[in-house]
Amino acid sequence: MRFALSDEQRLLAKSVADVLRKHATPADVRAAWSSDVGSAERWAQLADLGVPAMLVPEQHGGLGLSELDMVVVLEQVGRFALPEPVLETAMIVAPLLAASSTPEAAAPLARIVAGEITAAVLFDDARVAANLHGASVVVLARATEGVQWFEPAAGATKARRSVDGARRLGELCAPPTWAPMVTGDRAAELTARARDRAALGAAAELVGLGRAMLDMAVDYAKVREQFGKPIGSFQAVKHHLASAHVALELARPAVLYAAQRTSERAADASRACSLAKAVASDAATGAARASLQCHGAIGYSFEHDLHLWMKRTWALARAHGDAATQRARVAALILDHNEGRS
Amino acid sequence: MDLAYTAAEEAFRAEARAWLEANVPREPWPSGDTREGFALHRTWEKRLHAAGFAAVAWPKKYGGRDASLVEWLMFEEEYYRAGAPQRIAQNGIFLLAPTLFEFGTDEQKDRLLPRMAAADDVWAQAWSEPGAGSDLAGIRSRATRDAAGGGFRLSGQKTWCTRGAFCDWVFGLFRTDPAAERHKGLTYFMVPLSAPGVTVRGVGRLDGDEGFAEVFFDDVWVPDADVIGGVHQGWDVAMATTGSERGLTLRSPGRFTAAAERLVALYRSIHGQGTPVDTRVRDAVARAWIEAEQYRIFTLQTVTDVRDGRGLGAASSVNKIFWSELDVRLHETALDLLGERAELDDDAEAAGWMKGFEFALAGPIYAGTNEIQRNIVAERVLGLPRK
Ligand SMILES: Cc1cc2nc3c(=O)[nH]c(=O)nc-3n(C[C@H](O)[C@H](O)[C@H](O)COP(=O)(O)OP(=O)(O)OC[C@H]3O[C@@H](n4cnc5c(N)ncnc54)[C@H](O)[C@@H]3O)c2cc1C
Repeated sequence: MRFALSDEQRLLAKSVADVLRKHATPADVRAAWSSDVGSAERWAQLADLGVPAMLVPEQHGGLGLSELDMVVVLEQVGRFALPEPVLETAMIVAPLLAASSTPEAAAPLARIVAGEITAAVLFDDARVAANLHGASVVVLARATEGVQWFEPAAGATKARRSVDGARRLGELCAPPTWAPMVTGDRAAELTARARDRAALGAAAELVGLGRAMLDMAVDYAKVREQFGKPIGSFQAVKHHLASAHVALELARPAVLYAAQRTSERAADASRACSLAKAVASDAATGAARASLQCHGAIGYSFEHDLHLWMKRTWALARAHGDAATQRARVAALILDHNEGRS
Repeated sequence: MDLAYTAAEEAFRAEARAWLEANVPREPWPSGDTREGFALHRTWEKRLHAAGFAAVAWPKKYGGRDASLVEWLMFEEEYYRAGAPQRIAQNGIFLLAPTLFEFGTDEQKDRLLPRMAAADDVWAQAWSEPGAGSDLAGIRSRATRDAAGGGFRLSGQKTWCTRGAFCDWVFGLFRTDPAAERHKGLTYFMVPLSAPGVTVRGVGRLDGDEGFAEVFFDDVWVPDADVIGGVHQGWDVAMATTGSERGLTLRSPGRFTAAAERLVALYRSIHGQGTPVDTRVRDAVARAWIEAEQYRIFTLQTVTDVRDGRGLGAASSVNKIFWSELDVRLHETALDLLGERAELDDDAEAAGWMKGFEFALAGPIYAGTNEIQRNIVAERVLGLPRK
């Protein structure tokens, strides 16, 4: 038993962080608020690092890495509030296409691996999703009906605005003729696995977002003075931040664990993903609250960067199953289906 | 990241499970925090010892079996899963022993550890005083060099000493240099409660059991051999002990994962009888189970860190805050499931949960209150200014 990231994984986190520190500055995140499209340049940098190809097996030209490696990257994506569809493209869609083992998947997969296009996914009867308006490949993943992907025609999608202006949402207004490439049990399995990866990936981003917001508050609490001393010396401030720290410290291993279980296709993988999403959503929204409270009005101002992180958190905490929904999934497994601890 | 256990580890787990299945008493015992319950639990400690399970992680020569941290975690999981008796020897085995391993002399270890493992000596902690709880460095009990040499004379009062009315020895801090700065002039002593000049008075706890004791010291002679670490160095030694208490060794995840499974069983039995369960209570059951699982996973990381030589340090406060608060929520949820039955003291199942709830409420108080733990996290982990 060894519960720790490998040296390679630590290095991976560092190389991603090095790139994002330069190319996803808070100013860049803010600039993404007034842009309808992602930054091709930034996506190319991520492609250089191999990010879109990580979960694609080597026989499809990918890197054949694991969900645990991907989660290491997504934690950094969250930490820098990167406004690019890494979760959708690299974590959800690319491995789904690869696992579909259909000839129709080859072309879009090759373009994703090459870093030429990004992707979006709509689960079951959802119509709105991140990166949908602008993605070159959209996957409709329906557990009971099948899985289909297509290149949206002009006008098939329209932009929707998120509270997080950097999160480009889209709505599918003109669905294509339903002609699934995968059906039956296989479709159900692909959809279920993609949903688990979606929850897991969002959880990883949330841990990164939460840690970043806590760091901001800690830094601020050391320098902002009131009553002649740093506000970080006041116990009420300390306790807000300590509680946020505890929640994040316990959420992160849950995310790493779920990623490891998913990589190993373990029996408890799906439950672990739900658990991770539940606790990461709560930890990150708690960190957002604590951080805002400890910043006071400056944190409430549009000029301050905190809201960029906070709004991403609000969105991701609910995307792919909010905490209560994920707990309900865990409840169904442990209370109704007798899936006890191993 | 590798979550598999070795064949040897799995074999150890199987052995522990089989032994526990064969030996754990079928009927629940009276609480070990009462006089007759304590005596009964001492016989259990002796059986554990005879089977080599009293202190699995200790070296063999002291009564352990050289088990790894991972195996210790496994043993704890099996122990609580089996519903085995309360460990009345825990304060010695899990709190004093790690301190002796780090600071004790060979003579002390050879003399004290085998008797501790065998429950010939059962140990209690004597830190708190009427005037010094959270502010432990404010203790006033004194120890002065005995004029005749070779030892010290202790006087003063300790309080809230768990099971002190039934134990054989206590360990704690006494002020040896009143002129020194508060944290400096303290020394760590071990004292047999049979020593002349010691008076012990049992005090009832929230649940009515005589689980607390006040201990009075009136010119009690203690030999130099019963000082741990250097004279006036007691604070640093004591901090090592509180680190174990907050961190791993006092509250392993097995205790909470077992409680969470019992909560799930309670939910099923109530739901199975056709009693509707409020969706919020159902959600709370899931949350309690999730938190116990989170703590289990977090501990895998902690064990790896410790094995890699990264000590817990102030991060043990994170641990303590989490397990103590999850334990309260878990037991509150059980009471919510029981509903009006929860108050029934003559309903064994309900009374068991209520007693568990009462004990869980102490978690955020003992081993340093959670307010103090949050101060530690803020100052020593996050680096916020003390003043
Ligand atoms: C079940 C149980 C078993 C125990 N067993 C033992 C034992 O075996 N041996 C032993 O020596 N002691 C034992 N204790 C005592 C325990 O260590 C103390 O209760 C604890 O250290 C708190 O001290 P206090 O009770 O004097 O509370 P106080 O220190 O008086 O605190 C009262 C309240 O004030 C808060 N407070 C105090 N200082 C601060 C601060 N600086 N910042 C914020 N809040 C603060 C506390 O958090 C608490 O909420 C036990 C206690 C319990 C409940």
